[in-house]
Amino acid sequence: MVTDMNDTLDTAAGVPPGAPSPRQPGRKTRTVDGSASIAPTGNEADDSNPVIIDVEDLNVYYGDFHAVKDVTLPIRQHEITALIGPSGCGKSTVLRCFNRMNDLIETARVEGKVEYHGVDLYGKNVDPVEVRRHVGMVFQKPNPFPKSIYDNISFGPKIAGYKDDMDDLVEETLHKAALWDEVKNKLNESAYALSGGQQQRLCIARAIATSPDVLLMDEPASALDPIATLRIEELVFELKKDYSIIIVTHNMQQAARVSDRTAFFSVEVGETGQRTGKLVEFSHTTQLFTNPDQQETEDYITGRFG
Amino acid sequence: MAARTNASQRATRDAVRSALQGKRAEPGAVIFRLLLITMLLSLLLILIVLLGDILIGAWPTFRDRGFDFVFSGLSLNPETAGVWTGIVGSLAIALFVVIFAIPIGIGAAIYLEEYAPDNTLTRFTDTAVRNLAGVPSIVFGLLGLTIFVVIVNAIGLGGSTAGKNVIAAGITMAALVLPIVIITSAEAIRAVPYTIREAGYGVGATKWEVIRSHVLPSAFPGILTGTVLTLARAFGETAPLLVIGVATGFFSASADATVLEKLTGPYTALPVIVFSWSRQTDPAFLNTLAPAAIVVLLTVLFSINAVAIYFRNRFEKKW
Repeated sequence: MVTDMNDTLDTAAGVPPGAPSPRQPGRKTRTVDGSASIAPTGNEADDSNPVIIDVEDLNVYYGDFHAVKDVTLPIRQHEITALIGPSGCGKSTVLRCFNRMNDLIETARVEGKVEYHGVDLYGKNVDPVEVRRHVGMVFQKPNPFPKSIYDNISFGPKIAGYKDDMDDLVEETLHKAALWDEVKNKLNESAYALSGGQQQRLCIARAIATSPDVLLMDEPASALDPIATLRIEELVFELKKDYSIIIVTHNMQQAARVSDRTAFFSVEVGETGQRTGKLVEFSHTTQLFTNPDQQETEDYITGRFG
Repeated sequence: MAARTNASQRATRDAVRSALQGKRAEPGAVIFRLLLITMLLSLLLILIVLLGDILIGAWPTFRDRGFDFVFSGLSLNPETAGVWTGIVGSLAIALFVVIFAIPIGIGAAIYLEEYAPDNTLTRFTDTAVRNLAGVPSIVFGLLGLTIFVVIVNAIGLGGSTAGKNVIAAGITMAALVLPIVIITSAEAIRAVPYTIREAGYGVGATKWEVIRSHVLPSAFPGILTGTVLTLARAFGETAPLLVIGVATGFFSASADATVLEKLTGPYTALPVIVFSWSRQTDPAFLNTLAPAAIVVLLTVLFSINAVAIYFRNRFEKKW
């Protein structure tokens, strides 16, 4: 329920991106917004970036339940796309269509187009296991394997048939995840010995160890404290150079800080009381937070609902 | 501080103190707690009386004969009778349980938990397995007598006992503990957090890789504990063996018998020896030998449990 509280606070604050957070006056640790090393983004969206995942008229059902309807969302390469919205709006469901994670739920049914580099991810003969090697994922709660730090990283490459020096790959991956210095002397210790934030960075390292193309992040910092969150955000921002990232977040400031484009989802209550998620607005992050097209978006980001 | 505390603050402090220091009288809670302690103590009392009675009865045998009692075979003479035949028989039965019940049970549990679709048939199977675990062991004895004894005889392993041998007994015992192996293994597998599976799928593992590399290793301590405990159950069961023709009289297997002849010949088991001795006319069997046999049986059972606990702790400590 911490996330819900954050949500409320964020909403209440209604901060435009780039402005210092009024939530923590005088807090020096929270420097993302104004620091020189990480400039506020949200203005790096370049419409000439090629579309890497093209979503058109996506509908997702769980049995009879219509979870998400008519989502059209072109995700561009080397950008950070944030999916925001209230609980139950289907943002995680949409995210899990991009690596066919919804396949694990027996009743889930996906309709519409989800194309990755022009290939229909739900097409015939597409192997979801191969999809997940191209589209990595980081989950809400840090979920390292109950194995050593080393084995956490090496598992993915090993099953993908990685043949080169595994030690090098592990080191390089941990460097990329900004975790090497903290764990280099305890690679054979349990991943559970790490703090929550370190575990989550390990999970990010694990996700990039297989050299995916796209990284999906499902509220990666919602279970972490502000300092650990900051480090995750810095890392996400770093990783943008090499990966296209789609991040689901409850935290609007986080979306404003790290993302280039933002998609705002909301819930539509049907006649029978059925709650279906829908995409309300999708645009450059700066525009969505400063000058949204839709009244619903403005109400949400300024805290009038949600 | 005291100097700055004015009268009204003192009054507040005193009022708060008296409010916070109230003594709560709860006779119901006291009685309830005493009741619980009484129940626990009565349980301990039963245990102590039971063990004490057995140990006192068994003491003369161990004092006079020591390990000779453990390593001697069956005999009509209470001076020389021992339980070695029973230990061998029980171990042979346990071996069959290890060979048949544990792999089949774990395999069935993995299928039920990981592969079986959630439909009526699966739920029916699940319920059937749970009910099977509650079926009285004597029923399994009848199953063994009418099916396993016949099959063992039909495939030429009947030997001098026409199928009423340790092979049929072992398979019967394996069938008896199979549902328990399935239930405990399934529970251990179910206890593996979904997030671990998700993590496995997330890095591009197939279902088989997720199960092999993550689910089974995580579930292993639980599966191990469960299965070792079922071994103890198989070790202590008596009724099915009586139904399928365990030797309750006395026999001596010839020393030069082959392994096959031993497996297909007459056999006995530890709990059966206890049963049989308690019915002998010579009171020495009931009064001193039966308790001594029980001590041996309990020692084996406790050792099995200790092994289970050791392995569980060893594998759980690792992470």
